Amino acid sequence: MHELSITQSVVAAITQRMGDAPVRRIRLEIGRLSGIVPDSVRFCFELVAAGTTCEGAELEIDEPAGRAHCRTCGTGFDTAEVLPLCDCGSADVEVLGGSELRIREVEVGTCARPADVPTTARPGPGSG
Amino acid sequence: MCATCGCADDGTAGPGVRVIDPAHPERHVHPHADDGPEHRHGTRVDDHAARTVALEVDLLAKNDDLAGHNRDWLAERGIVALNLMSSPGAGKTTLLERTIRDLGAELPCAVLEGDQETLLDAERIGSTGARVVQINTGAGCHLDADMVADGLRTLAPERGCLLFVENVGNLVCPALFDLGEAARVVIMSVTEGADKPLKYPHMFRTADLVLLNKIDLLPYVDFDVDRCIAGARRAKPDVAVLEVSATRGDGLDAWYAWLRRARAR
Repeated sequence: MHELSITQSVVAAITQRMGDAPVRRIRLEIGRLSGIVPDSVRFCFELVAAGTTCEGAELEIDEPAGRAHCRTCGTGFDTAEVLPLCDCGSADVEVLGGSELRIREVEVGTCARPADVPTTARPGPGSG
Repeated sequence: MCATCGCADDGTAGPGVRVIDPAHPERHVHPHADDGPEHRHGTRVDDHAARTVALEVDLLAKNDDLAGHNRDWLAERGIVALNLMSSPGAGKTTLLERTIRDLGAELPCAVLEGDQETLLDAERIGSTGARVVQINTGAGCHLDADMVADGLRTLAPERGCLLFVENVGNLVCPALFDLGEAARVVIMSVTEGADKPLKYPHMFRTADLVLLNKIDLLPYVDFDVDRCIAGARRAKPDVAVLEVSATRGDGLDAWYAWLRRARAR
């Protein structure tokens, strides 16, 4: 469950940079070949963010696809595999994208939000 | 209960990471104490008025930064660190015991032992005479650069030594975390499936050396060595592979030669 420590580092990086400003929204980029499971990060986020300025923030995760280039036949293709094979049969394939792991941006408020106004749009059970 | 790391007063429970010198197990060490590799923190942005702020921060940036400090700290002392990773039971500790007994007189060795709980592996390594510190990760599934920095402070390895970092037994999580090592050694054994390299590609694609252990058991198990090696080379085309038996001694000369070359680099 390395997503727990990854999520802790996300919250730490944001609180360190944004000071006391309440965080409304966080946008992450987690490539499909990165070795990080976005759903596990979402699962951990609520726990990790509790009691910090990130508590209640909406978490958006972009998941760029894996992109590969075959060195044998020159074809470029999308892939969900960490060790992709080209349709031509070659395993000599360079992975060009899909390993992204970044905090892209955060949206912050200028004052603490009222406790009784929900600012998140988390899907309820069954709707996500 | 300790207010700093959350461990129980008797050191037996609690969720926090504990760094334990087996010679003084009652004195566990809290993170961020004394000297040793420094921690560096990022720059704080005080622009609270902005609504949306582009950060573009790598999720692993903090770990990578601390790993860089560990690497510098080790290089200044001429210490070569190896990150040993495997699934539980592949034979990491047995291999280290044998390696230290065979090489210790020639090459001083020190060990950081990573496990969720217990001092058992540190006690085994300690019986070889090598300096060892146990890092108990509690709920954690891998070592990270911060834990290694804390471990190095307690271990205080001698200059010029070979430092083995025995990671938590796990073929998934440790792969993503740079510890500041000079090289990564992935150990698997012939009692596991030969398809492990393809099933756990994140681990094998960053390996500098794959050790295939327990080859003394090959007559008794259905394990295709060629298929395993082909899988490892698909994950990392130029990876070195050595077949060894830590208990019977097969192939260990080649392992020791690899260690001498790693230290000479």
